[in-house]
Amino acid sequence: MGLRSYIATRALLTIPMIMLLLSFVFLIVRVLPGDPVLLHFEKAASPETIELMRQRLGLDKPLLDQYFEYLVGLTQGDLGKSMQDFSPVGQQIFSGFPATLELTIYAMIIAVGLGIFLGVRSSQSYNSLQDHSIRIFGIVMYAIPIFFLGMIFQMIFGVFLRWLPTGGRIYPGMEPHGLKIGDLHISTGLYTIDSLLEGNVFKFVQALRYLFLPSLTLGLVLCGVFIRLTRSNMLETLRLDFVTAARARGLKEKTVLYGYAFRNAFLPVLTMMGLQFAVLLGGAILTESTFSWPGLGRYLVDRINFRDYTAIQGDVVFFGILVAMVSLVVDVLYAYLDPRIRL
Amino acid sequence: METERGLRTRMLPGLTVLTGRGLAGWMVIVGLAIVLSIVVMTLISPWISPYDPSALNVGPLRSPPNGEFPMGTNHMGQDMLSRVLCGGSIMIHVAVLSVLFCLTIGVPIGLLSSYVGGSLDKMCSLIMDSIYAFPGMVLAITISAMLGRGVVNMALSIAVVYIPSYFRIVRSHVLTIKELPYTVAARSIGAKGDTILFRYILPNVVPSIVSVATVNFADAILTAAGLTFVGLGVTKDIPDWGWDLTDGRTLLPSGAWWVITFPGIMIVLLALGFTLIGEGLSELLNPRLEQ
Repeated sequence: MGLRSYIATRALLTIPMIMLLLSFVFLIVRVLPGDPVLLHFEKAASPETIELMRQRLGLDKPLLDQYFEYLVGLTQGDLGKSMQDFSPVGQQIFSGFPATLELTIYAMIIAVGLGIFLGVRSSQSYNSLQDHSIRIFGIVMYAIPIFFLGMIFQMIFGVFLRWLPTGGRIYPGMEPHGLKIGDLHISTGLYTIDSLLEGNVFKFVQALRYLFLPSLTLGLVLCGVFIRLTRSNMLETLRLDFVTAARARGLKEKTVLYGYAFRNAFLPVLTMMGLQFAVLLGGAILTESTFSWPGLGRYLVDRINFRDYTAIQGDVVFFGILVAMVSLVVDVLYAYLDPRIRL
Repeated sequence: METERGLRTRMLPGLTVLTGRGLAGWMVIVGLAIVLSIVVMTLISPWISPYDPSALNVGPLRSPPNGEFPMGTNHMGQDMLSRVLCGGSIMIHVAVLSVLFCLTIGVPIGLLSSYVGGSLDKMCSLIMDSIYAFPGMVLAITISAMLGRGVVNMALSIAVVYIPSYFRIVRSHVLTIKELPYTVAARSIGAKGDTILFRYILPNVVPSIVSVATVNFADAILTAAGLTFVGLGVTKDIPDWGWDLTDGRTLLPSGAWWVITFPGIMIVLLALGFTLIGEGLSELLNPRLEQ
């Protein structure tokens, strides 16, 4: 199978998966015990108000009609209306998305970077004290609730040492605008990039200071998986003949490890990056709540507290589509790098 | 001689089964010790707590750890030591229930789907893969928000997230075992479908299920803590480490480190105990990886 037809097949397979997911979310909100409108008002509203709310949100129509409208709306980028003020949920989500994206990108860099580094070190000194300590470190990181680690960092670096801010994305009013030349306006919504586009180093440093603790928290909790994966793949690769041959030629150990062995052990790590993206988003919800980071996760938690079920549905649908897209991209990338997959 | 020696080294008596197996064995022992101590502590907590964990103003507000209150007090003057001793019960209940749900739903579906094969298998796999690919925390939060509070509801919403893990591990094993000569032989001498499934295949899948379930305990505990943190906890009336951690967050700016540190450490220990057992077991039960 050529790369093109592989991509086509893989993309086609994504469609039933997304459809299933959309239906699942739709059903959770409507069919599970607990009427969303009644739950929203906590029974403290007159029947007329409740009926009016149902009508405005379209929840009074037959289930099948609702389902159809929901799907048609989604194809037009309509994620529904908020129960709170009937504002479109999509808008809120698009404005919160860059914050979540920035957090997850930096967290992924930390998790993968640290995971690969420790994993290679661990495999290099197999069964030694260093190997055991690195493995235990990974296991302990796995067992720490993400928000607990976040709070410890806030306490140490924010409250006691006062080195770093404990919450928010940047000092209010300091948000970078991106690049502005005449009518041209380029802005990514990622503060670290926008501040550089603006040419403002001070803002860049500030953005990094705010980003540091949340992304470190999320990255550390996730790095365990990458440590384990890198370690086991490296252990297998290091036994192979080509590594012995490289060593026999007198190459430096570093070159053998990173230039030869790791290049072969990297593919599974790449797949894992795709799989872990879903976990990363889940972790981002808790990290964002801990650090008052104004992203999608915090939006979700806010909406839960307001019992805003239509907004919850929109947010969850967005998460689901995002994850499906990322896994599609990773699979295609994997097929591109490893032709055996396409067979 | 050769086989006899082989047998003797493999069938070690008593605890040496674990201590004689290197790091993995020790991980299981330490994990078991941690989990058992916490369970025992929670069971006997009503008798050993110095104060009623829910009683308000038993001491000064936000007192740092001292002789009378070894773990300090929170902003309502509750004794943190008593709350730490008693706070595990909800989390343990939720974890046990959710693992039970996973076992009773995920394993049978996995067995049936992979053994029958065909379109049933394709459909089950598609559904399970869709759930598996979805961010677990998001899914658990959504279901939990709809189901409402309660131990059973929380356990259910966590179980939905992890059922696919059981399904996948069972399915992949059955697909392999189904083609092994001894299963084929059983079929050729006329063994019926359910005999093959339950007497030939299931016993060989059990070890993997056990290690998945143990790690799953840790996941369930962490997810339960996360659900509590976003405001979907069971109830504020019963002392719970998750609640204390969430509550303690508001006290962070004042530097009251003891309010979050002790309950947090307890959650870490409990999750760590299960992770150690699970990791150790999966290494012991899969000798292939051990080399």
